[in-house]
Amino acid sequence: MEQAFFTLQEFMTHTKAVVYLLMAAALIGLPLFWLFLTGRDEKKRTF
Amino acid sequence: MQQISASLKNAAKPSVWTPFNIVAGIIIAVGLVLTVIRFTGGLGAVTNLDHHTPWGLWIGFDLLCGVALAAGGYMTSAACYIFGLKRFHSAVRPAILTAFLGYALVVLALHYDVGRPWRLPYPIFYSQGTSSLLFEVALCVFLYLTVLFVEFTPAALEWLGLKRARNLVVRLVLVLTIFGVLLSTLHQSSLGALYLIAPSKLHPLWYSSYLALFFFVSSMFAGLSMVIFESTLSHRFLHHKMDEHHIEQSHGVAISFAKAASFIMVGYLFMQMIGLAADNDWHYLTTGWGAWYLVEMIGFVALPAFFFAVGSRERNLRLIRWTALWAVLGIVLNRLNVSLVAFNWQLPADQRYFPSWMEVGITLFIVTLGVVAYRFIATRMPIFYEHPDYKEQQEE
Amino acid sequence: MGITRRQLFGWMAAAGAGALAPGVAKAATGKHFSGYPESFGVLHDITHCIGCRKCEAACNEVNDLPAPDKPFDDLKVLQDKRQLNATAYTVVNRYQFESASGPLYVKTQCNHCLEPACASACFVKALRKDETGAVVYDASLCVGCRYCMIACPFQVPAYEYDKAFTPRVMKCTLCYPRIREGKLPGCVAACPKEALTFGKRDELIKEAQRRINRNPEKYVDHIYGQFEMGGTSWLYLSPRSFSSLGMREDLGDKAAPEYTSGALAVVPMAVTAGAVLLTGIYAIARRREQIAEDERQAAVAQTRAQAEEEMKQKLAEQKKAADKERESVVKREVEKALKEAEEQRAADKPAADDDSGKET
Repeated sequence: MEQAFFTLQEFMTHTKAVVYLLMAAALIGLPLFWLFLTGRDEKKRTF
Repeated sequence: MQQISASLKNAAKPSVWTPFNIVAGIIIAVGLVLTVIRFTGGLGAVTNLDHHTPWGLWIGFDLLCGVALAAGGYMTSAACYIFGLKRFHSAVRPAILTAFLGYALVVLALHYDVGRPWRLPYPIFYSQGTSSLLFEVALCVFLYLTVLFVEFTPAALEWLGLKRARNLVVRLVLVLTIFGVLLSTLHQSSLGALYLIAPSKLHPLWYSSYLALFFFVSSMFAGLSMVIFESTLSHRFLHHKMDEHHIEQSHGVAISFAKAASFIMVGYLFMQMIGLAADNDWHYLTTGWGAWYLVEMIGFVALPAFFFAVGSRERNLRLIRWTALWAVLGIVLNRLNVSLVAFNWQLPADQRYFPSWMEVGITLFIVTLGVVAYRFIATRMPIFYEHPDYKEQQEE
Repeated sequence: MGITRRQLFGWMAAAGAGALAPGVAKAATGKHFSGYPESFGVLHDITHCIGCRKCEAACNEVNDLPAPDKPFDDLKVLQDKRQLNATAYTVVNRYQFESASGPLYVKTQCNHCLEPACASACFVKALRKDETGAVVYDASLCVGCRYCMIACPFQVPAYEYDKAFTPRVMKCTLCYPRIREGKLPGCVAACPKEALTFGKRDELIKEAQRRINRNPEKYVDHIYGQFEMGGTSWLYLSPRSFSSLGMREDLGDKAAPEYTSGALAVVPMAVTAGAVLLTGIYAIARRREQIAEDERQAAVAQTRAQAEEEMKQKLAEQKKAADKERESVVKREVEKALKEAEEQRAADKPAADDDSGKET
């Protein structure tokens, strides 16, 4: 796998692309999980 | 004057020939002409940009300062919604509106600055250059502008009387606020990080591996000062649009924000010193560049911080308001220093960049558009007052 | 040294048996990247250059650039320092020195960094490092942000500021289409004095070291481009310090992406950690509000309970008092009634029943 990259530049372009996708997943996943986590709490207005 | 025009409005036909309208009209007319020249003759026809200075006033002022000064949006909404400081509630809408317009104008300015503006969506949708800090800036500006737009829509929807849509959007406020804070944290800092790649061009006093942090921290007090400054202007010119709730809270907002800004500024000064120490740049302080650096740090950070402190201790609103303007100018100075003054510092003077009058014209044009749009919206939509239909809900 | 067509085809057949190039870039995690193996470069030996401008002419022709104001055989243009621009991928400058030995000529063009700052800065991947060693530009992706020009430590990329609709970044391509065809770059092919040598970068470095070792009095002991900015595909040999020839020696060995990797690495982590943190702060603020609310309600309830208790007590007392009163009233009434009855009786039979009255 590592042999596929000859330059730091290439390596960074690839890894950052993956990392940005994971970041997007976190941004979508965390609020959804929060909803699940607090789903049974007594109904108080949470904006 | 405002009262007169307001009463005229109520009486009969509003007079179009107010001094504000005349000046704004002239600037916009000139701006439109310059726009035509820019898009038919290319960048070379209106700018002084050259081989050594590819980024001029439009990046240094319109982008860097525009984004920094729009930081009030995330600061205020974070304080109110995330940290639960409800007493800032009335300051949220004006701050969000400023931020939204600020970012919209930044994007507009970018259309002038890049060579092929119709390709601006490329980095996000077509070919992602993820190793670039500019990619991150583009991504964040794009997402944050969207977030700000959604955050702003309740005001517009209330104005238009679309209750259901409005209530739907209001339910998203928390998630949007958290997104907004994250996105702005990121790209405030990545605007500074843009210059990390050019250590050989930016003067060591301004270049630091902490540049990203400096941009972020300074954006915090930039945003706070801008909220105070802008509320000063609004009180002067749009007072009749404010409800008691807003006026009642605004003094408290100014004093608290001044206190916060002052503390952050002092922290920022220490961070700057740590930055100097980390690279051992002290000896530059005795040069001419050092003097200029000290003008920025002492004259436009330390002194405003001190006067903010005095103002908030003595509850002196007048002092706080003038200091806010001062601090805002300090941020402008800092961003221009990084992007233009200290950039290419090694070039001989005759090769240095100075903006052409047409670049300044376009910048003025864009700022004027912002002021006009702000006035248009603030005089029509519930920005400084709570819409009677939704009062109860908002007070919760 | 030069390179033949056959060698070039040989390269194309060669699989990447990686000879470690001296320029080595590191990622934040300490990974090493040694660049494309067998990639090409050019060695510019400044001692051989005579400033004939034939390379400029060849470059202009090969790249279909517009004809210059003054023809290429006009050597008077060398009197002024020139810089790269949107119509010239390469320029030769003359440097005059007081100490005899005549002027020196330096050819400038893109140095084709091993870790290009411009490619690292490009947010649409319009610039990339090709496996031939060339740093290649794709105008069909370019947005025209000019961040590459900010990033380039050698001030190489130029921009077509005068074009309204199709402005491009203009810079040397190392003639990579020609390299792929097995030809030499235009400038190298045109050089009459072997001031330019094309070849594999690793071999060029060895050759440069050989030249320095053979004539240590002729060269400064520095191959410019071996380590500068992480190393460049274009290498220079000079008889004088490079800084006296308008070349910066303070750029350092760090490759451009290494300056930004730290800031870039922070971003996604900061977002994710920030999302957790901010949600936490929000939840705590809400909880605190809730607790304050609960406490207030509890206090209210307690006050109410207390008041009720007091009220009850008061009522009880009142009741007691009332009871007492009622009792005493009854008692009094009874007494009164008895008294009245007695009086009655006494009145009814005042004399006769004297004794009985006493009995009661």
